[in-house]
Amino acid sequence: MSGIIELTQVNKIYPGAVDLQVLFDINMSLEAGTCNAIMGVSGSGKTTLLNIMGTLDFPTSGDVFIDGKLVNNMTKNQLARLRNETIGFVFQFHHLLPEFTALENVLMPHLINRWRPSNEVIRRADELFDMLGIADVKHSLATRMSGGQQQRTAIARALINNPKIILTDEPTGNLDSETTDKICLGFREINRRYGTTFIVVTHDHHVAEHTDRIVEINDGRIISDTKAEV
Amino acid sequence: MLAFKIAVRFLTHGRTQSILILIGIAIAISIQIFVGLLIDSLQRTIVDRTIGNSPHITISSSTDVSTIRRWQQIVYEVGHTKQVKALSPSATGNAFVEKKNSNLPVLVRGFPFSAADQIYNISSAIYDGKEYSSRREVLVGRELRDELELDLDDEIVLSIPRNGTVTLTVSGFYDLGVASINKAWLFTYLDTAQEIFDFGGRVTSIEMTVEDVFQADTIAGQLEQKLDNNDIVIENWKDQNEELLSGLEGQRISSAIIQIVIIASVVIAIASVLAISVLQKSPEIGILKAMGINDFNASLIFIYEGFLLGLVGSLAGLVLGIGLLYSFIAFTTSPGEVPLIDLYFDYGFVVRSWLIALIAATLAGIIPARKSLKLNPIDVIREG
Repeated sequence: MSGIIELTQVNKIYPGAVDLQVLFDINMSLEAGTCNAIMGVSGSGKTTLLNIMGTLDFPTSGDVFIDGKLVNNMTKNQLARLRNETIGFVFQFHHLLPEFTALENVLMPHLINRWRPSNEVIRRADELFDMLGIADVKHSLATRMSGGQQQRTAIARALINNPKIILTDEPTGNLDSETTDKICLGFREINRRYGTTFIVVTHDHHVAEHTDRIVEINDGRIISDTKAEV
Repeated sequence: MLAFKIAVRFLTHGRTQSILILIGIAIAISIQIFVGLLIDSLQRTIVDRTIGNSPHITISSSTDVSTIRRWQQIVYEVGHTKQVKALSPSATGNAFVEKKNSNLPVLVRGFPFSAADQIYNISSAIYDGKEYSSRREVLVGRELRDELELDLDDEIVLSIPRNGTVTLTVSGFYDLGVASINKAWLFTYLDTAQEIFDFGGRVTSIEMTVEDVFQADTIAGQLEQKLDNNDIVIENWKDQNEELLSGLEGQRISSAIIQIVIIASVVIAIASVLAISVLQKSPEIGILKAMGINDFNASLIFIYEGFLLGLVGSLAGLVLGIGLLYSFIAFTTSPGEVPLIDLYFDYGFVVRSWLIALIAATLAGIIPARKSLKLNPIDVIREG
C-alpha cells in the first residue's frame, strides 16, 4: 500500500424506504504529492466519495486508509484530530467566519488544538497570503472581501496546518474564469512547493486539465482513470 | 480558548441581538433583586417595628403564685445561652394612679435599667428628664403624662390593692411609640417594684431578646429542655403573633415564586436566543467541525455564550436592581421622616441571586449546545 489515500471495495448506501446505493465497490489509490481530479455529472457520487476520503462521511462497507491509517474504527475525536492535522478542505461555499478577519480565519485550524499561534505559523500565514495574492486583505473581515478573495482565504485556511492532503469540492464553482485560473495555478504552486496532495472534485474540464490524474465517475462507479502525459 | 474567542465574537458581532437579550436579562434580574430585597426589608421592618422593642422570649411562673422562685439561677443559665442577646428580670404588678376623683389603672414594671434598656430601648425613648436613679423614682409614658398633667419631679400616688399607697417621683417621660404602653406602664427599679408588691425578692418574669428573631421558638424550646423546670412557662413572640407570621410567610412564598418565574424566564430567553444562534451559525460550526474542532469544543461555544450573557446581564441587573431599591426608598421617604421601609441589605441574598442567575444562564447554553452536537458538517457544507 503506497497511496496517501487508499479505498478498497468502498460501497455507500443511503438507507430509506428504498435504499439508495451511490457508490459501488470503489477501489482507488492516490499517490502522495499528486494533483487529482474527480469528475462526474451531478448525482454521480463524486462528492460522497470526497466526503468519505475526508472522513466527513463513512462507507457502508469497505476500508478507507488515510496516510496509512485505517479510519473505519476511529472515534469521532480521533477523526477530528486526523482531519485537523492531515486534511484541509476547500468547499464551493467558503464558509469563512464573518466575525473574524481573513488572518484570524486562516489561523483557526491551527488554534483548534493550541492556545496561541506560534511565530512560525504566523510567518506561514503571511507566506500563503502573499502566494495567493491576498496580502492586502488579511486584516479585513470576511464580509468585506470579494468572492475570489474569500475563496483564496479559504484555501490559505486549508493549508495553514501544512496538511498532507487538500480536498476541494467545486472550489471554483462560483467564480469567473480569470479567478478560476488564478486558483488553479495557486493549487499547482502549493502542490509543487509543499508536495501537498490535491483531490479536486469538479465538473469543469478546464479545472481538471490542471491536474495529473482525472478519475471519472458515473452512477457510483469509476468509468475512467486517466493520468496526464508527462 | 478558541471556543471562548468564537463565543465572544458571535456575541459582539450580532450586537443588536446581544444587547436586546442582555437588556432582557438585566431587567429580569433587577426585578428579582429589587423584589427580593424589598420584601426582605419589608418583613424585617414589620418584625422590627412590631417586636423590635419588646422581648422575644418571656419566662413567667406557671404556679398559682405569680412569682418565680430561684430566678437568679434561671437568669444565670439563660445568660449563658449563646443566642440570647439581652436579658432582664422583671417584677410587674397592677396599681392605680389617683386622678382627682377617679383612679387610672397602671402596670408598674420594675427592671434593672441597663438590662431593660437593651430590650425596650428606653433611654432613647426618654424625651424629657432622665432615667430613674433612686429607688423612689419612676418613668412615665407620654399619654399618661398628658392624662395626669404631670411635670418632672412631680409626685404620683399609687394605690396598690391590699398594700396601701406608695408615692413615687417622676424622673422622666418616655415615648415607646405605642399609646397603650405609654398610657399604662410605669418603669422603676426592680427592688422598688418587688417591695411595693411585696414579692419577697422574687420576680414575675424574665424577658429576653435573641439574635435571630425568627429562631425565637427554637431557642425557647431549647431553654425549656435546658431549664427543665415545671414551675415556669416559656413563651415566645412567634406563638403570640401567628397571624403576623402567616402574613410574612405568604410574602416570603410569593417572593420566592416571583424569583423562580424570573429565573425560568431568563433561562428560556437565553436558550431560545442561542438556539436560533445555532441555526444561524450552523455553516460556521459545520466548517469548524470539518476543520477538526471536536463536538465538545463546538458545543462549548454556546455554553460560553450563555455564561457571558448571564455574567454581563446579571451584573447589570444587580446594579439596576439595587439602584431601583434605593430609588424606591428615596421616593417613599420625605425629608426628616422615618422611612416607610428600613433598608436591610442582605449581601448573601444578592450574591446567591447573582450566582443562581449566572449558573442558570450557563445551563441555558446546554440546550443549544446539545443541538450543535447533532450538526453534521456534510449537511451544512452542502447547503452552503
